[in-house]
Amino acid sequence: MSASPLPLTPAATADEVIVRPSVMRARSRSMASVVLPPLVVFVAFVGLWFLASYVLISPSKRFLLPPPQDVVSVGFLDAHNSAEIFAGLWLTTKAALFGFLLSIVVGMALAIAMSQASWVERSIFPYAVVLQTLPILALVPLVGFTIGYDFPSRVLVVVLIALFPVITNTLFGLVSVDQSHHDLFSLHKVGRWTRLRKLQLPAALPAIFTGFRIAAGSSVIGAVVGDFFFKQGSPGIGVLIDLYSSQLESERLYAAVIAASLLGITVFVVVGVANRLVVGRWHTSTRAGG
Amino acid sequence: MTTPIESPPPAAVDRMHATDGLAFERVSMRFPDGTQALEEVSFDIRPGEFVTIVGPSGCGKSTLLKITAGLLKASTGRVELGAGNLGYVFQDATLLPWRTVRANVELLCELEGIGKAERRRAAAEAIELVGLTGFEDKYPKSLSGGMRMRASLARSLTLKPQVFLFDEPFGALDEITRERLNDELLELFALERFAGLFITHSISEAVYLSTRVLVMSGRPGRIAGDFAVPFPYPRTPELRFDPAFAELSGAVSAALRGAHA
Repeated sequence: MSASPLPLTPAATADEVIVRPSVMRARSRSMASVVLPPLVVFVAFVGLWFLASYVLISPSKRFLLPPPQDVVSVGFLDAHNSAEIFAGLWLTTKAALFGFLLSIVVGMALAIAMSQASWVERSIFPYAVVLQTLPILALVPLVGFTIGYDFPSRVLVVVLIALFPVITNTLFGLVSVDQSHHDLFSLHKVGRWTRLRKLQLPAALPAIFTGFRIAAGSSVIGAVVGDFFFKQGSPGIGVLIDLYSSQLESERLYAAVIAASLLGITVFVVVGVANRLVVGRWHTSTRAGG
Repeated sequence: MTTPIESPPPAAVDRMHATDGLAFERVSMRFPDGTQALEEVSFDIRPGEFVTIVGPSGCGKSTLLKITAGLLKASTGRVELGAGNLGYVFQDATLLPWRTVRANVELLCELEGIGKAERRRAAAEAIELVGLTGFEDKYPKSLSGGMRMRASLARSLTLKPQVFLFDEPFGALDEITRERLNDELLELFALERFAGLFITHSISEAVYLSTRVLVMSGRPGRIAGDFAVPFPYPRTPELRFDPAFAELSGAVSAALRGAHA
């Protein structure tokens, strides 16, 4: 999760731009070194899975761990099954996405308000912490009971989980601006809006993206948890996982779990790429990771 | 509140209009925690004068600059600042890492509400003046410490300051870079003729740059020595090895030790 320091950056002592002629070469070499090791692990994992389901488990119990090729052929290559899984996945994705975006809007607005006046922070922040400490699982049935079992409830569950990391990381970023940068802006008697727009928000971007990344992962969890509880209407991926497991449809169960994982991985990668596009050019610790 | 301003120092050029340059009248600073940072500091600087303050760490040198810039308010006394802009160069370059060199240099004009074309022009001029042409689109993270400090200087230059404050700007640089930037700063001084107030730990830097060196005592900060620097401008690096330079540096050093004791 945390980025490793960039090994190519020397301490800047010489009075010239740090030139890195080996960067292009290093990058093409590093493509292989980035892709290969995890690929080897993946192949080894699938191989072990294959061996386990044929060697370790007797044929009568093989449904507990169906071999990978069966999971692919039954879960993903069968048109009816894969349509069902991906329709469920899409429903869950929608809830996760709406909740995530809503958390960003509400969380950043709250954090900005808190950064502008300490009385706002003192009033609101304790409740943000309470939100985080509440057992969300215990709240979910309450949400359904109160506002129904439809899409808005699913989104609300996601927001309950994803809001806190957005608030805390944004607030942390906004209040952690260097004092000397604040002094620079104070010298020119700028208003708080200019200070926020030209200093605090850009300075907070790396922290804000850290919050986004945590919130994105939580959003997927929140959406799947929501599925488990809100079983009315079209089934989300969580409902399908529950259903397949109770019906001992092991190939489809494994396929659905893999699909749900793909959602989590996709969300993580998308936020990572956005982070790199927005702050990667200037921020020093965004090279590695996501 | 009309205490008379101290008489001009020996090295002074013609006395200019009272509101030009910078004047301190018995400025004292006591922090809320009771620390007495400055005590009755009085001196003045006119355009074309470059005054350097040397003093031990924590003697209140930076506090004096912050008071001048309005970042802090003096407990007693007053600071008179002439018309025109104030330049402030911080201890570190304080570039905004998300802005390119050009955008960083344009920042102050932007904050002052100067139009885009005008600030482009001012930035290009300042960037050329500090020798950063060609690096306009680089981000601070890919610049060396010396280049960052040049960009920081360029940023202040865009507003054509009449009074220029330097808070140990070259303290974190290696000696070779520091001496090169000293020369570049002297060129800027010759060109722009601002009133300069420079803070440093380095006696040789102080003597090399200034028309006048003030020695400040340890806490509470008080002016404990006042040396006119007679060497004419333009100054060249050879000056550092001149016997008269060594003699004056020695005198400043002695005053500093006396003030510290």
